[in-house]
Amino acid sequence: MLKQTEGSHAVAEAVALCRPDVICAYPISPQTHIVEGLGELVKSGALAPCEFINVESEFAAMSVAIGASAAGARAYTATASQGLLFMAEAVYNASGLGLPIVMTVANRAIGAPINIWNDHSDAMSQRDSGWLQLYAETNQEAVDLHIQAFKLAEELSMPVMVCMDGFILTHAVERVDVPEPTDVDAFLPPYSPRQVLDPADPVSIGAMVGPEAFMEVRYLAHAKQLSALEHIPRIAAEFEARFGRTSGGLVRGYRCDDAETIVVALGSVIGTLKETVDALRADGVKVGVLGIQSYRPFPLAAVRAALQGAQRVVVLEKSFCVGLGGVVSTDVRVALSGLQLHGYTVVAGLGGRAITRASLERMLKDAVADRLAPLTFLDLDWRIVERQLAREAQTRRSGPIAENLLRDVGTVAAKVA
Amino acid sequence: MLQIRFHGRGGQGVVTAAELLSIAAFAQGHHAQAFPSFGSERTGAPVVAFCRIDDREIRVREPILAPDVLIVQDPTLLHQVDVFQGLGADGYVLINSKRGFDELGVGEIAQRFRRERLLTVPATEIALKHLGRPLPNAVLLGGFAALTGIVTLDAVAHAIRDKFTGKVADGNVAAATEAYQAVSHALVEVTDAQAD
Amino acid sequence: MDQQVKFYQTGTFTVGNRLLSPELRTVQASTARSNSLNSGHRACQGCGEALGARYAIDAAMRATSKRLIAANATGCLEVFSTPYPESSWQLPWIHSLFGNAAAVGTGIAAALHVRALKSGRTASDVRVIAQGGDGGTTDIGFGCLSGMFERNDDVLYICYDNEAYMNTGVQRSSATPPAARTATTMAVGAAPGAEFGKGKNVPRIAMAHEIPYVATATVADLHDLEAKVERAMTIRGARYLHILVPCPLGWGSASHDTIRLARLARETGIFPVFEAERGEVTRVSKIRRRVPVDEYLRPQKRFAHLFGANGHADMLQRIQDEADRNIRRFHLLDEGSAA
Repeated sequence: MLKQTEGSHAVAEAVALCRPDVICAYPISPQTHIVEGLGELVKSGALAPCEFINVESEFAAMSVAIGASAAGARAYTATASQGLLFMAEAVYNASGLGLPIVMTVANRAIGAPINIWNDHSDAMSQRDSGWLQLYAETNQEAVDLHIQAFKLAEELSMPVMVCMDGFILTHAVERVDVPEPTDVDAFLPPYSPRQVLDPADPVSIGAMVGPEAFMEVRYLAHAKQLSALEHIPRIAAEFEARFGRTSGGLVRGYRCDDAETIVVALGSVIGTLKETVDALRADGVKVGVLGIQSYRPFPLAAVRAALQGAQRVVVLEKSFCVGLGGVVSTDVRVALSGLQLHGYTVVAGLGGRAITRASLERMLKDAVADRLAPLTFLDLDWRIVERQLAREAQTRRSGPIAENLLRDVGTVAAKVA
Repeated sequence: MLQIRFHGRGGQGVVTAAELLSIAAFAQGHHAQAFPSFGSERTGAPVVAFCRIDDREIRVREPILAPDVLIVQDPTLLHQVDVFQGLGADGYVLINSKRGFDELGVGEIAQRFRRERLLTVPATEIALKHLGRPLPNAVLLGGFAALTGIVTLDAVAHAIRDKFTGKVADGNVAAATEAYQAVSHALVEVTDAQAD
Repeated sequence: MDQQVKFYQTGTFTVGNRLLSPELRTVQASTARSNSLNSGHRACQGCGEALGARYAIDAAMRATSKRLIAANATGCLEVFSTPYPESSWQLPWIHSLFGNAAAVGTGIAAALHVRALKSGRTASDVRVIAQGGDGGTTDIGFGCLSGMFERNDDVLYICYDNEAYMNTGVQRSSATPPAARTATTMAVGAAPGAEFGKGKNVPRIAMAHEIPYVATATVADLHDLEAKVERAMTIRGARYLHILVPCPLGWGSASHDTIRLARLARETGIFPVFEAERGEVTRVSKIRRRVPVDEYLRPQKRFAHLFGANGHADMLQRIQDEADRNIRRFHLLDEGSAA
């Protein structure tokens, strides 16, 4: 049913449609509206039978999900930023044990400095954990990906995180088609575990594995992610067949076919990029966008196929590797290995800094003219950076960096955007 | 695509205002996107919220830098925040106040725009009358509907009833209706004055 | 049916099952016991935890007709019971992490409940135990433990307390008693061993959560331990059982002294044995024949620095004072008992 609703609320409805048995969550901005929505659905009886557990930390949230999933329940949780880090040990434990938990990550920057706004540093910090990572471009896709995620997780017996931009998507009210329960039930069968704690057939889960077999166990996790490269498009196709729209999959190109310059990105910024691309195309600039929906497994072949015809590739990412450069761009480089083209990394939107069409257009024009540096921080205020560096060069007791910078930036509340 | 920017202070329902407008637009079959600029939640702090309306999918996600419409819920912001930043020459402005533009001290700024598209409406007073609380957000949407015609009063009423229930909904609808009538009336006066 | 039995064997306080009618005998006395922690595990000779775990889980298996799932924290028990590629456990068992056994237990209980509801029942007949050592319970697992308590989740948490992080080489935990030598509280300097004035009493903290059932026990009194597990299994909601399990390696005691030391811990007043419901003590195991703390401390090398020519009589006195305080606080002596 078509609704005008807040992204978080739509996701709560989508998760509820998947009939989870156990929902456990700890509140953290900007995921709060999702778990509040689900809490209400459980308490009112609309989602039943379901146990909604108010846990005491994110570490507990993932741990409860682990116990529930191991006992045969369809388990769900949600978090962001600091919360994802706090549960990091359990995140690795869940994938190591092969438990098909689904988790929403409402992407938010990781501190210090503390920042509640959107970027991808949180999910990126867990990119090696063995969890699958799917990124939503719109709230519609966020809804659809959660439904696909449960199916994917349970087919593979691996956990899946669905990433959606905190605030930008979670708190945006927009048009969403929330699927009908009968359609979701037909698409997503009840959970049938590969392993389960059952007194009738006891097993020991989580035993120590020594040097004799550890590599093999870990390789199997890798093999599963590689097989996901086939599961993901197939599930997306099944979804399209039943629900009538394209959602998910590995990658999605926009005006890439004859593009000389292609921008690669994840998440909601793809929408703004499409608008920018249309404007540039109207001026005769041959530019396109490649959105990556499946970040883990990283679709090397699909990315290569989409980009190999271009002269230059700009990876626009809301994450970065301190001291090195890009995170996503590093993965894209692997996909392009051996090809002759210009590659650029543009780090943008960290900590929720707005990514505007105007800035994107300027940046792309620079890229097309090959004026762009290999690594760019979009819209960085070099003035305050230089001032801080000078400050530090002058005095040992230069004070907390954040405080200095904020004083230079001035009153934020008086700003419009 | 139309872009509407809301200014107010935390606690005045600015975010809800943008959301209600998006629901009204949706009710009329449009695509609409509403979102706040996300400051820390704190009563009294300046808040900005955005709403885009279009007849096709809205893909852009940046803050609204070049609004077509400005709705200012709290006139004390006028000299604290540059609310007019980016407003197009043909832009609409609706300010919550019982005073006029000159009295508010923004008469000079107002000259950059089209006079008949700039109005004030005493939304807080109207809200107090119908709701007993100084919540001007839904009221201003009634005025907005009259000022711009982008959404109908019916659509605004529908959005109000979608979000609120009972007496709160009734009061908001009544208040929005009064604001609609006040603005319609004021527009007639302005047109008459210009015709003279 | 209560049966008053007096034991007259000399030298020890050995429990004699053959003096009891069959239905009063311990689970361990029966060849039909689950042996849930099967032989072949890699515990040290004389390991109190292996003993405690077998006692507790077998009792729980009988109480639940083998409808039981266990979640285990990282630690000695987990490591020696599942040496790759084997497992000693004869029931469904999961090891997740060091600090989350209680939370994993919560998750299992929730799953069982929902699955029961989905098949038309009002509750699951399968019960959940979460277990771990003192490190995983009093320190790193404390947050999850408290969360499980306050939500009153239907989990029995069993702490096997050997008073230090044994598996990693005997480091101090918040359960380590004052003056004890560990690898991180060495017996050197002016105040050798673990500091006085630190540490946590988790049974009393459990009581502060007012959960339905809290009990302490030791491996010296098998009947008492089994009865407490059985009692716990008749109750739904959060329950906590804290079992003192001497560790010959970590305590520096003889492997044949495990049970004797556990008994002395009770008889000195150092380890009060009691039951509590919703924050109120309901029953205590009285000290039968009180002994001074020295008798308990001497056989343990971790307290060796308190004795001898360079001994610390003042520290011994403080330990004695603490034992006296426990006796007063928990009324561990009958009126007229000899000191």
